[in-house]
Amino acid sequence: MAEKPKVALYWCASCGGCEEAVVDLAEAILDVVAAVDIVFWPVALDFKVSDVEALPDKAIAVSFINGAVRLSEQKEMVELLRRKSQLVVAFGSCSHLGGIPGLANLWDKASIFDWSYSKAPSMEPGATTRPMTKIQVPEGELELPEFWDTVKSLNQVIDVDYYLPGCPPTPKLIANAVQAILTGKLPPKGAVLAGTKALCSECDLNETKPDKLLIQDIKRVTEVQLDLKKCYLAQGVLCMGPVTRSGCEALCINGGMPCTGCFGPVQESPDYGGKALSFVASIVDLEDPARAQEVLAKVADPTGIFYRYSLPTSKLGRKKMPRRK
Amino acid sequence: MNPPAEAPRIGVFVCDCGFNILGVVDVPAVVKFAAALPGVVHAEEYKYMCSDPGQDLIKKAVQEHGLNRVVVASCSPTLHERTFRRVVSEAGINPFLFNMVNIREGVSWVTEDKVQATEKAESLIDAGVRRVTLQEPLEARSEPVNPNVLVIGGGIAGMHASLSLANANRGAKVHLVERQPSIGGNMARFDKTFPTLDCASCILTPKMTEVKIHPNIRLHSYSEVVSVDGYVGNFDVTIEHKPRYINEDLCIGCLKCIEACVFKDARFPNEFDLGLAKRKPIYIPFPQAVPTKVLIDPHDCLYLRLGTCKKTCIDACEKDAIDLEQKPDRVSLKVGTIVVATGFKPFDARRKPQYGYGVLPNVYTALEMERFLSPTGPTEGVPLLQDGRKPETVGIIHCVGSRDKNTNEYCSKVCCMYSLKLAHLIKERTGAEVYNFYIDMRTPGKGYEEFYERLLSEGLKVIRGRVAEVTKAALTRAEKDHLIIRAEDTLAGFVRRIPVDMVVLAVGLEPQSDTQELRRMLNLSCGHEGFLQELHPKLAPVSTATDGIFIAGACQGPKDIPETVAQAGAAASEALSLIHRGVVEIQPYTAVVNEELCSGCKVCIGMCPYDAIGYDEEKRVVHVTEVKCKGCGVCAAACPTGAMDQQHFRKELVMAEIAGVI
Repeated sequence: MAEKPKVALYWCASCGGCEEAVVDLAEAILDVVAAVDIVFWPVALDFKVSDVEALPDKAIAVSFINGAVRLSEQKEMVELLRRKSQLVVAFGSCSHLGGIPGLANLWDKASIFDWSYSKAPSMEPGATTRPMTKIQVPEGELELPEFWDTVKSLNQVIDVDYYLPGCPPTPKLIANAVQAILTGKLPPKGAVLAGTKALCSECDLNETKPDKLLIQDIKRVTEVQLDLKKCYLAQGVLCMGPVTRSGCEALCINGGMPCTGCFGPVQESPDYGGKALSFVASIVDLEDPARAQEVLAKVADPTGIFYRYSLPTSKLGRKKMPRRK
Repeated sequence: MNPPAEAPRIGVFVCDCGFNILGVVDVPAVVKFAAALPGVVHAEEYKYMCSDPGQDLIKKAVQEHGLNRVVVASCSPTLHERTFRRVVSEAGINPFLFNMVNIREGVSWVTEDKVQATEKAESLIDAGVRRVTLQEPLEARSEPVNPNVLVIGGGIAGMHASLSLANANRGAKVHLVERQPSIGGNMARFDKTFPTLDCASCILTPKMTEVKIHPNIRLHSYSEVVSVDGYVGNFDVTIEHKPRYINEDLCIGCLKCIEACVFKDARFPNEFDLGLAKRKPIYIPFPQAVPTKVLIDPHDCLYLRLGTCKKTCIDACEKDAIDLEQKPDRVSLKVGTIVVATGFKPFDARRKPQYGYGVLPNVYTALEMERFLSPTGPTEGVPLLQDGRKPETVGIIHCVGSRDKNTNEYCSKVCCMYSLKLAHLIKERTGAEVYNFYIDMRTPGKGYEEFYERLLSEGLKVIRGRVAEVTKAALTRAEKDHLIIRAEDTLAGFVRRIPVDMVVLAVGLEPQSDTQELRRMLNLSCGHEGFLQELHPKLAPVSTATDGIFIAGACQGPKDIPETVAQAGAAASEALSLIHRGVVEIQPYTAVVNEELCSGCKVCIGMCPYDAIGYDEEKRVVHVTEVKCKGCGVCAAACPTGAMDQQHFRKELVMAEIAGVI
């Protein structure tokens, strides 16, 4: 029997949801396990970094890496996996676009540490302890990874072959991707393994959207009893479907929540948040500037809404770093 | 977008524009810079690129260097883009493979520092060259111009424009829409006109009649334009005829129905007389109204209000013209051009409460005074006080709602002259002493200053100073039972109190209250004071930013009758010039959909001001109707995915241009 292709799974700055998504493959995971040889999966299997280091370069057929990159250790690990892998797939929104952790780019290391280790309500008043990269203890020198000012997507650190979008990617897309890799039926390098159009194209509620989509008010989901059979945008609830890549089959919308945009932009649109902002500003149909301002002010936390998953890979990238003294 | 078929061979032509550009920009350095840009095979300088030798120089260079794309760096494209596109086209290059870079208005006229100006010119040319590299050949298309014309507003401007158009435009119709029951506008309310003092009706009513009987004019009175779609040469217009409750075709204007009305007395305020006189529920606005057709006010008529009435009017009508069940009726028209002549609204004098309008008796606006002075008005031409006496003294206050930081800052232009006219007429009819309180007496116009001199010689009292207040609080016996006008006489240098019997407020001219709705419907713009905006204040005074739509008269800003009529003629001639050319060239800047990418989210559909985008249920994508698209680009900007793009302004072009600048 020919040797089974080796597969690695790794996580960086992530919540663990992507790992769950793999487990969510349910019975299908048995087929995957039967077809491949998992050589590294810290969350589930007891392999060590040294096991990976021992492999010859390009020995791993494919590494699925989820999470954004924000620690020196994560950089080392993804560089190692890149070296050992024929293919690297950025798995999930954080790895693909920077994701929710990417919103930390609105701050920097100093201000994040300042909050987390001093000012946060859970801290003792006057606490000044800070994580250090090196510390001398009686047993010797201890080392912690370096915390970066800026959160990065995977392709800002290493070369990436394919992207599986989503927070997390759906079981169907994962299964399709694995199938494509196993059979070698892969699209050109750099492709996002999901739909090519925006989500409205596969959303059942698009049929109920009025031809002239213009709204006089913006409502948050908590303010309104959503009619689940009618386009949410037509009900004044911001749904990011028009800006967001399809492929999820409108999972959230079918579950009663508007799209928040985890699949990121379609290929032609380089800046997700900019497009989202201009689309929302376009459909708000108010002549009175004061009223328009009032309504648009209901978009609480615009960066968090329009760049929720994509700040590091957007044209904005990050908040300007304070000048060093 | 496909990459250019052949390698770009770009020529850059930098204009000195005499000293306009050369005086600030180091043109030889710019030429050297341009020559080194990627794709540029030839760059040169010339004194006046737009001149015949300049144009020949471009054509020659195209031949000699085998150019396939051209950049001209000179003035604003609004001035000479057309010129250079023609030149390039004559040289055998598609005119859309040309790009114009503005280094005069955009650089030399607004930059003092020569080094900065040169750098700016260079970066703009860099941007222009990057852009032209990606431009695609396009074809402008032409569309026939519908010879019918829509004229909105039946005042003197609208009537004059309609007649000029109808007289010249054989076989085509002029649709004149007036929202009041009669045409004539404000001029019909006037008794005399300044400075000649000819009778307004005597010069106006023949025109009104001519409009009525002209075979090429279709008059839509008591009607409003409810929608306008389309574009120059091909507008689709919907007009709503409000119900008169009279069949206009049958009514002969015998007025027997008015006599027969169950209301024996006229008891409802007549709008035409600004409420100063009364009418019945069934009425004609004024004796010379055109069309001479009665109408019923549904708020006053017993039957229409309550559903019960003896309906004596129906019995009185020999023609069976009365139709109490009439409903609004809409007609759709196709026209090629539109003349907007919607006029003005007089300033609401209640907004200056210190002058007592609406509170103190015998305080009237100038337009009300026009009605008092009219032989068909409420007092048959002799202004009377509320107690029926003739006034012995009258004060006219200028600049009410004009030249005033609290209301309107602009000068309403006609008030000085009409105030002088009113002063003359009041004096003539009542013998009263008339005081005019003015800030500056503005009489620039043919015969206007002479008129002012004549009034002074007739014994008109003029006091220079803005009036502080009009009050009834008398301080002396002489002031008792009078209105007291308190003003600083700035020539004499002290505050005066002048007791008068009657006060006339020379109210300014304001935009009609629904100008904004009209502006949106026609896609026009307004100036900051709210009047409709012309395309160019000097060189295109009756054109607008929307091709095929022209403006005339006071809707564009305060103006007197001669000026209004001149503008109406100009607007008619602009429309005729389009009609006689017969075709309009439509720029191919239309939007295009990438169906591979369009998700059918429909965001663009609601954005399109021209209804050019539709949704294809079967393909689940949107499509653009090219003839309707005007290339405004709104849809391309709103498209959440980039599926919508605009020819000649594709994203790559815009991004390349920006990259060149930064």
